[in-house]
Amino acid sequence: MKTAMNDSNEVLVDCQNVWKIFGARAPAAVKAVSERGLSKKQVLKDFDCVVGVSDASLQVCRGEIFCIMGLSGSGKSTLIRLLNRLIEPSLGKITVKGREIAKLNAAELRDMRARYIGMVFQSVALLPYRTVLENAAFGLEVRGVARDERNKTARAALEKVGLADWTARYPSELSGGMQQRVGLARALAADPEIILMDEPFSALDPLIRRQLQDEFRQLTKSLGKSAVFITHDLEEAIRIGDRIAIMKDGVIVQVGTAEDIVTKPADDYVSDFVAGISRIHLVKAHSVMRPVAEFQSAHPHSDVNALLRTSPEADIGELIDLTMQSDRDAVAVVDNGTIVGIVTTRGLLRGVAGSPTREPVAA
Amino acid sequence: MNLESIQFSPGTYLAPSVDWLNANFHPLFDAITKLVEAVLGAIEAALLFLPPYGVIVIAFGLAAVLVSIRVAVITGVALAFCFLVGFWTASMQTLALVTVAVAISVLIAFPLGILASRYKKLEAAIRPVLDIMQTVPPWVYLIPAVMIFSLGRVPAIIATIVYGVPPMLRLTTLAFNQVPKDLLELGQATGASPRAILFKIEIPSATPTLVVGLNQCILLSLAMVVLAGLVGAGGLGAEVTRGLTRMEMGLGLRAGLSIVAVAILLDRLSRGALQRGRRASAA
Repeated sequence: MKTAMNDSNEVLVDCQNVWKIFGARAPAAVKAVSERGLSKKQVLKDFDCVVGVSDASLQVCRGEIFCIMGLSGSGKSTLIRLLNRLIEPSLGKITVKGREIAKLNAAELRDMRARYIGMVFQSVALLPYRTVLENAAFGLEVRGVARDERNKTARAALEKVGLADWTARYPSELSGGMQQRVGLARALAADPEIILMDEPFSALDPLIRRQLQDEFRQLTKSLGKSAVFITHDLEEAIRIGDRIAIMKDGVIVQVGTAEDIVTKPADDYVSDFVAGISRIHLVKAHSVMRPVAEFQSAHPHSDVNALLRTSPEADIGELIDLTMQSDRDAVAVVDNGTIVGIVTTRGLLRGVAGSPTREPVAA
Repeated sequence: MNLESIQFSPGTYLAPSVDWLNANFHPLFDAITKLVEAVLGAIEAALLFLPPYGVIVIAFGLAAVLVSIRVAVITGVALAFCFLVGFWTASMQTLALVTVAVAISVLIAFPLGILASRYKKLEAAIRPVLDIMQTVPPWVYLIPAVMIFSLGRVPAIIATIVYGVPPMLRLTTLAFNQVPKDLLELGQATGASPRAILFKIEIPSATPTLVVGLNQCILLSLAMVVLAGLVGAGGLGAEVTRGLTRMEMGLGLRAGLSIVAVAILLDRLSRGALQRGRRASAA
């Protein structure tokens, strides 16, 4: 279901070494950071300023869903607000669609937000005195689109999120999950290229949340949108994101696909997070297989060509199924017609348990 | 040293300054008087041009179309009451006086209240002034008002405005401070202009509190109407004053209840109109 979207694609959002420092003496602190490379702790000690985002760099490609995962206070909400300049960066460069947003004037910035960058909020932020349709049409309304046209577009967006029958209702008549769908429809109605999702599903109950996660991913992909999705829930990030950035104390600790993060955590902080995550659908054959030569030296009498075959992208779940079907406890991984590796039962167990994937001392 | 000689009497400094204002700015005050009198006279004349039942029918019809049937019924009953107790003319005079006073109060208080919610320093500067305006007994600032504008409706309106501005201003500031931050963020994130944010997000979100402010402004202004009777502004206040000086219980009660009727009328009409406007802002 997840494919790597970042090979050939154009970069829509580009953050380079972005800092955000809050506090009364922020300008002095920024100067000290840029000239002397002060650390977060030193900034807090010397200038009494809080570093919200520290030296963050990331690229979001067209069509990609980029998740930023972090606990509260990790700076993820600040970071997403830097992308549409709801918060001004203290240092660094943010480019959206090839334009550096810090250099836009007020009117250009409004136009950029209205046309290209949609946003969905954790609190939903629906206007209580407007109907669902009027809420969904809000973005088009402030852009000056005529009423009939904006209502038509908003209705189409509401249809996409399954709320076609609710257009004349007020937000207070809707459940939390439905309200968040209106929030999503409002963002989609403006037809932006990038959607910023600020913990949109955090306040929903688990079942509805899962449902919305799947719908969101499917909708975003089918409409060809790009999204930056903030969450404090690693499972949500894994379900939704093509790539995931993990943030801690304002620093991006690791960026990678779900599999990268689960199988190769960058530090102890990330491995703590990853510990509870089920690997069955994350870890792929190519990261648990061992070289053919090694397998043959351990099992001189088995014929690798007689093994059941699978692709390097098969996940552990599929590998377990294959292993159960065969009378041998190994599966051959085939790429472009040649056997590139062998997955043994032992390798599968190791993949599930999450111990280092490199082959240990001979079995 | 005699303690009694140490006295602070601001009046000794204020009285000359009022005299000075009177001597040097008389044409200005005269113009204000004429303008206010003209507006008041026009509203009064319009209200008294038709026979009472005509006004009642038209008011009922307008309220029914513009606000709601319920408000229309209240309007009709309140006006009919004023007519039946025999104070039609006085009631219309009071209605005109209060409408003008409230309109001016809102014109002053609403923009200042918004500014105060945006600039905390302005709010801090305004707050003690509002405290003084609300706690100094109105009789006190009626004196310089009468000195400058002489007896009649104008000093009454000035005194009413001084009384009506503080609640409206405070509640406007509160109303705008209470607009949820996420809605403002939504406005910015959707690329709305500051003007669109003000009219499509802030004012509609602030409306419930603004309605309370307007209601307080109207009720306090009406309370001042009695006082206005003392300085010759006419209307229901004059009737109440007459009832008091003659010790006529019936007269005072009828005039008092008419004031209540006018108060209810103004409150329900303004409330209904504002709430309707809130919904309409979305269209």
